[in-house]
Amino acid sequence: MTPEQIRTVILDILSRIAPDEDLSDLDDTVPFREQMELDSMDFLDIVMELRKRYRVQIPEEEYQQLVTMQSTVEYLEPRLKDAESPA
Amino acid sequence: MTYDTIVIGAGLSGLAAGIRLAYFEKSVCVLERHTTIGGLNSFYRLRDRNYDVGLHAMTNFAIPGTKRGPLSKLLRQLRLRWDDFDLSPQNGSTIAFPGVTLQFTNDFAVLESEIARAFPSQIDGFRRFTAHLLAFDELALEQPELSARSILAEYITEPILIEMLLCPLMFYGSARPMDMDFGQFVIMFKSIFMEGFGRPHAGVRLILKKLVRQFKLLGGELRLRAGVREIVLDGGRAVGVILDDGTELAAHNILSSAGSAETMRMLPQSDAPQTSIEPGDISFMETISILDREPAELGNDRTIIFYNDSPDFRYERPSEPIDVRSGIICCPNNFQYDKPLEDSSVRITALADPHYWFDLSEEEYPARKESWRQKIIESALRFCPDFRSHVVDADTFSPRTIKRYTGHLNGCVYGAPRKILDGTTSVDKLFLCGTDQGFLGIVGSMLSGISMANLHLLKPDSEVATS
Repeated sequence: MTPEQIRTVILDILSRIAPDEDLSDLDDTVPFREQMELDSMDFLDIVMELRKRYRVQIPEEEYQQLVTMQSTVEYLEPRLKDAESPA
Repeated sequence: MTYDTIVIGAGLSGLAAGIRLAYFEKSVCVLERHTTIGGLNSFYRLRDRNYDVGLHAMTNFAIPGTKRGPLSKLLRQLRLRWDDFDLSPQNGSTIAFPGVTLQFTNDFAVLESEIARAFPSQIDGFRRFTAHLLAFDELALEQPELSARSILAEYITEPILIEMLLCPLMFYGSARPMDMDFGQFVIMFKSIFMEGFGRPHAGVRLILKKLVRQFKLLGGELRLRAGVREIVLDGGRAVGVILDDGTELAAHNILSSAGSAETMRMLPQSDAPQTSIEPGDISFMETISILDREPAELGNDRTIIFYNDSPDFRYERPSEPIDVRSGIICCPNNFQYDKPLEDSSVRITALADPHYWFDLSEEEYPARKESWRQKIIESALRFCPDFRSHVVDADTFSPRTIKRYTGHLNGCVYGAPRKILDGTTSVDKLFLCGTDQGFLGIVGSMLSGISMANLHLLKPDSEVATS
């Protein structure tokens, strides 16, 4: 997947976990937690949704890589480069 | 086959845990001894009418779309929509003590102004207490046991106000007599006084049916009439269960919502833990009166009335069969629905001595139940208008009924006084959720199942050990 496709996947995951959030003007450089109501339970769900959809394993010590949209996409790019885009 | 997880009990906590596990593609089977789902919060049909047991109201009310709070967290975690629970807010509830009443609604400011009106000298202390409570992390899985009564007394000097604040919270969730653990108190205070009551038009059956549907859609397996006779161990580790009919099922993990003492009794005798876990003994009798008209037409528009006829509130196993001095009057009709309920009813609940009710013979039981039913109603009529000439049908349950249908020792409804917040047991791969884990109320029970599934069965780290 391209970075843009990965971004779309993350947006889709976020909208499933937090359906009441407006994600249309999400700032990619600002931590998710500063822009939406996400607690540690929701955060675990992002990791688990990625595992469920793409079998990508993210060790707990690397969760901090998922703090903003930009860092998440950068972190996932090499790991999902061979994955098929859902769209 | 070997299940990833077997869940014991198809109540709110077990089903919620099952949904989490099934959503993340774990093979999961929920086992229920009874012929229907629900456990302590269930429903039945009798003489062509629907009855609910357990749930008087959903706590933790929030307006659809709210982003914070337990209800929002719950819906997100279960991938359900706000519409799924179809909650209508309460009209308003009352705490009635001798010579003083406090009203509260889903707007916390109403309770504050009521306290300012009835106890002008206490309002500052109450506000400071509320600030203290908001700073407390009641969901931390490790916390010291603190007395809610003694913390309240640091801020409030009027003893009757302390009793009035404790009364609804104890009635709706305390496993501990006469006092509450402060963490549990904070959960209940927020869920009842700050967030408030709501109810689906169709009652608890709607919530349970949504949970089951979600669970099955995700591939979960539910077996009714499948009680667990024994938990099978191998080298101190739980590896499966034997059902009442002798069927053996294997699993990598077992999550039990049956209660801590009740679960320990399922272990083979030789492996039973040395330290005994005391089951609770707080139980209730409830009488449900079906009326020929809405309670509001008879002058009662309150959703719930918590009453107590003495200055102090004795929340404990009564020395009499029933303690009629205090109780709860619940009118399921008195929520702000779009359309009226099909039936009108009043539910009255009072503390009961489980042992008295267990020891009666089959012959004695119905007559005693009927006579105490009338005493409960007579006592409650000091706090609400008389509805007796409008009763068209009635049903009553006792601790005996609760034990029979839920398997909870002593017919206790809020479990053991000592909660096991992290859900671990003395047996590897055997975990607890539900009342004895300790998140209380309807929403709390579902969050308990979710939290324990997340913590022990879904975290990537926990998987390594099972694969």
